[in-house]
Amino acid sequence: MSNVPPDLQYTKTHEWVRTLPDGTVEIGITDHAQHALGDLVFVEVPEAGRAVALGEPCAVVESVKAASDVYSPVAGEITLGNPLLAGEPEAVNNDPYGKGWLMRLHPTKGAASADLMPADKYQTLLQTEGG
Amino acid sequence: MMRTHDKASKLIFEYSHPGRGATDQWPQPLPATATSDLPQRLLRTKPPLLPEVGELEAVRHFTRLSQLNFSIDTHFYPLGSCTMKYNPKACNQYAMLPEFLGRHPLAPESHGQGFLACMYELQEMLKEVTGMQGVALSPMAGAHGEFAGVAMIRAYHRSRGDLARNEIIVPEAAHGTNPATATMCGCIVREIPVNDEGDIELDALRAAVGPNTAGIMLTNPSTLGVFERRIEEVARIVHTAGGLLYYDGANLNAILGKVRPGDMGFDVIHMNLHKTFSTPHGGGGPGAGAVGVSARLRPFLPIPIVGLEEGHRYRWLAEKDLPQSIGRLSGFMGNAGVLLRAYIYMRMLGREGMSQVGEYATLNANYLLTRLKQAGFDAAYPSRRASHEFIITLKRQARELDVTTMDFAKRLLDHGIHAPTTYFPLLVPECLLIEPTETESKDVLDAFVAAMTQIQQEAEQEPERVTSAPHTMPVRRLDDVRAAKQLDLRWKPTA
Repeated sequence: MSNVPPDLQYTKTHEWVRTLPDGTVEIGITDHAQHALGDLVFVEVPEAGRAVALGEPCAVVESVKAASDVYSPVAGEITLGNPLLAGEPEAVNNDPYGKGWLMRLHPTKGAASADLMPADKYQTLLQTEGG
Repeated sequence: MMRTHDKASKLIFEYSHPGRGATDQWPQPLPATATSDLPQRLLRTKPPLLPEVGELEAVRHFTRLSQLNFSIDTHFYPLGSCTMKYNPKACNQYAMLPEFLGRHPLAPESHGQGFLACMYELQEMLKEVTGMQGVALSPMAGAHGEFAGVAMIRAYHRSRGDLARNEIIVPEAAHGTNPATATMCGCIVREIPVNDEGDIELDALRAAVGPNTAGIMLTNPSTLGVFERRIEEVARIVHTAGGLLYYDGANLNAILGKVRPGDMGFDVIHMNLHKTFSTPHGGGGPGAGAVGVSARLRPFLPIPIVGLEEGHRYRWLAEKDLPQSIGRLSGFMGNAGVLLRAYIYMRMLGREGMSQVGEYATLNANYLLTRLKQAGFDAAYPSRRASHEFIITLKRQARELDVTTMDFAKRLLDHGIHAPTTYFPLLVPECLLIEPTETESKDVLDAFVAAMTQIQQEAEQEPERVTSAPHTMPVRRLDDVRAAKQLDLRWKPTA
């Protein structure tokens, strides 16, 4: 069973979103997603200052099986891409909700965000997907 | 299956002994009077580090390596979306006639009329079989043909002053090369979902098209192994929005002689001659990604193309003839030898044989799918008929037995079967994409079902037998993570 921390929000496409005390949000991929991808060998994160639209592919996670886009669940401006991942992509496998975060962004005021789910709803989604 | 694997895995450098070698066959040393125009500073001062082995050792080493190959000539190779069909030896033989081999690409056209006639007829046959209005043969691989196709789509929009069209739509099940090609051509990729039955979500398509739409890239049948049933509606939506339709020919084998991409409304297609038209395929060897276009894209075809004048004289069409061409994508006529093989294959099939390819490819796939379902395997799209390939998912085995698709794939090698495509398309978890092709007999298909059934029994009764496979190959499980992260293929002398 995948680890789904109760204090985060989730997307249908298996990203998680954490709101930080300063109002910026941290984004990563879920434990389920990292498990489905398998061992990551390369992660590309966006550069600070880039403006991203809702649903725009803004990071790439590549494993021995597949390369997948990560979609931004919120519109805004990237404040930081996780610098650790260039040399240590496996951090996403080992600690998807901690050291393996992908990017932080400053959300655009008033902009729409994806349909974010609380943990229990995401858990249900995983069960119906049979993951 | 018993081979001397320990020896096979040694590099030829590791057999080396100083002073050993077939000295009789060494080149004569240059006479002292011989002059060279190479500058002194570029000349080697130390002899190169080459393996020193006897002739027989060299022969045995390379013969052993060649015997380790998994190939279509030695094994069943049901690699989905790759169409690993038999390559008839006659194609090889005729393409290697000395008159073809000795032809110089810069020789005058009058000296190569036979070769040019073959290329012209190949263009015409490909037009007929795809329903397109023009064909160019020079792209040298599938992805190269894709590049040509999207470059033509861009050139078309630019020629009309329609400069805003820079978005290419791809369904989520697309071949990975489709979004890669669009990006290479400077386009932005927009992905759209497919529904539970494998068809494109038309509402998502309607929402995605607009004044920025350059086109859509599709393969039909899709990589899900099912025919896109509403293709005409898809074409209408994209065309109405001002976009063009690109057909990825990877799955052309399924519809050969039955349905034509031109009739479905496609504007441009690339054909993997090394798949559908049976030229040797794999290992990064020479491919051929011919492109076909509708009338409006014809001026943009890559050059050269072979033209026919006065009904009997063939000549190269180049910049002068096609001033709006996207240009040259290869030296001369692409991989000419591969094109010849495809030409001979098509001539041997004839019109009747062509539609039998599609029929038997789909029959074999549906037979195999049905038998696997009977054996208890789960089809990814149980309500759909297979095209020339189909997907089974081992999600249940992974969950209940902790035996994954990768484990099944590795265990199949022990049965002398090349693994089907694994973990693609990405949207089906734990999937095997299986394409038997029309050139396999029922016996081979039955043997595949027997192997899969036996592996399933092992997975239930002694799973470690499967999870530790392969047991009969020269190597076991490779560390693919380390290979991706720290690739180092260079041999270094230890002494």
